[in-house]
Amino acid sequence: MKKKKNKALKWIVNLSFVFISFIALFPVFGLIVSSFRPSSDLMRSGMSLTFDLGDLSLSNYIFIFTQADSYWQWYANSLIVSSLVIFLSLFFSSMVGYALALYDFKGKNFIFTLVLFIIMVPFEILMLPLYKLMITLQLIDTYFAVMLPLIVAPIAVFFFRQYALGLPKELMDAARMDGTTEYGIFFKIMMPLMLPSFAAMAILQGLNSWNNFLWPLLVLRSDSMFTLPVGLATLLTPYGNNYDVLIAGSVMTILPIVVLFIYFQRFFISGLAVGGVKG
Amino acid sequence: MVNDPITNKLEEASSDRVYKKPSKLAFLNSKKVAPYVFISPFIISFLILTLYPTIQAFIMSFQRVLPGNVEFIGLSNYERIFNPTFFLALKNTTLYVIFTVVILVVIPILLAVFLDSKLVRFKTIFRASLFIPSLTSIIVAGTIFRMMFGESDTAVANQVVTFFGLEAIDWRYNSWSAMFLMVTLASWRWMGVNVLYFLAALQSVPKELYESADIDGANVFKKFRYVTLPFLKPITIFVVTISIINGFRMFEESFVFWETSSPGNIGLSVIGYIYQEGIQQNDMGFGAAIGIVLMLIIFAVSFIQLILTGAFKRSDE
Repeated sequence: MKKKKNKALKWIVNLSFVFISFIALFPVFGLIVSSFRPSSDLMRSGMSLTFDLGDLSLSNYIFIFTQADSYWQWYANSLIVSSLVIFLSLFFSSMVGYALALYDFKGKNFIFTLVLFIIMVPFEILMLPLYKLMITLQLIDTYFAVMLPLIVAPIAVFFFRQYALGLPKELMDAARMDGTTEYGIFFKIMMPLMLPSFAAMAILQGLNSWNNFLWPLLVLRSDSMFTLPVGLATLLTPYGNNYDVLIAGSVMTILPIVVLFIYFQRFFISGLAVGGVKG
Repeated sequence: MVNDPITNKLEEASSDRVYKKPSKLAFLNSKKVAPYVFISPFIISFLILTLYPTIQAFIMSFQRVLPGNVEFIGLSNYERIFNPTFFLALKNTTLYVIFTVVILVVIPILLAVFLDSKLVRFKTIFRASLFIPSLTSIIVAGTIFRMMFGESDTAVANQVVTFFGLEAIDWRYNSWSAMFLMVTLASWRWMGVNVLYFLAALQSVPKELYESADIDGANVFKKFRYVTLPFLKPITIFVVTISIINGFRMFEESFVFWETSSPGNIGLSVIGYIYQEGIQQNDMGFGAAIGIVLMLIIFAVSFIQLILTGAFKRSDE
């Protein structure tokens, strides 16, 4: 009796997950399929479940690979900015989170409160003064201005701190006995232990940067400096006639990320989990 | 241990300093000084990216800021804030926060618990499918949603609606459907991320606890209530806090549907209002004043939330 009930429940749960996954993936598949349809048609009639298979062609892609130079410039800009953001923000944020978790020092609670406080201050509220500052410092239209707000991420600091709290302090004492310096302890012993959290934060920060929109929209002026979201947004107007770049460009913006995710996801998820167990 | 040449070198370098020139740099290596070196990037970024703009925003909110001409105008920016447009923006934003927090906390917990159970097969595939939407940038997601929720009868959403015998909907032109679009877009994008947070937290529940609960004869719901939920509390506080704040920051979910102006302001958020006034109208003083008011609202809400959930209690049981 009980076994039968369990089996029925299993079916229901699994079918629900199939349905939920379908909803989650439908828009992405829809975009990919639509990218092979004539772009003018698409904006007029919307993404449709019914369309003429004979209309499918590679023309949007041919256009983007042959005539959309600015699109590839945006792509390069996004790649450069995101790589730098990942590298810098992980380096700095892990240092801060580690110190907050494993050292006792004067002002520690104050600093941690500040971290929480900054997480609670929406960046958008400070963007007007910062925007003014960028104008004054003549940093408008530079990579530096785009990256600046992401370099020390309070969310990442918070996450690294939570993670480092689970690390064994005794290891640090043992290393000190062996004559390792405080910095050696971090870089050689503790940072490797924190690696699972690095993977998670790399993905988080990389995505934040890759998809960052409002701030780059403010500080970037020239087409050749645009990041992908800002560039694509200029095409998202009712009057535009570049829908071919918008649609095919959208696919090319998410495809590499999806591939990376599929490749790294085991590491990403097991990383988070292993971290919890090891500590 | 990991044997990485770079860290080894750093290690050598720093130990060199300590042993060869103890008088000059040894202090850097003390347990008292090192933490301050570690946190210095945060201090610097706090000063430049938070403290300075906060003070500046406060000052600007009492000013009329024109290029090359700044004058103090007292409270008149604040007096102008409480107008119908601001209240509409605040109402839209608050509704958006409530919907997204409820949807993006309750559903992910349930999904994570099921994904963690023995009931579900193909866990990796389901987990990945749920996560993939969060990889899309808001502009790409918005492009897709605009095509799916187009006004014409041939767009997917209206094809579904008319299939059920209802009238096609002008999704971007009704107040309720505007909110529906924004909440759906946000929920679609962030569901998988929150599921991951909860899944990770579930790994920390000791399996022995479930076993002893079994021995005590606890049923599924009791196990969920008394074993699973307490372990999920810290991550839930984290997710709720982030969701509330991100909700109040909403701008892009509206931008992708209507750029910066929606019919009757049905998609206007508080940040959108700041953008309209501060950037487009170039009235930075007024924009800053709206920002200060929004900041106070967010603090109040987050603080109440954190106190209610006991987040400030020491967590090192």
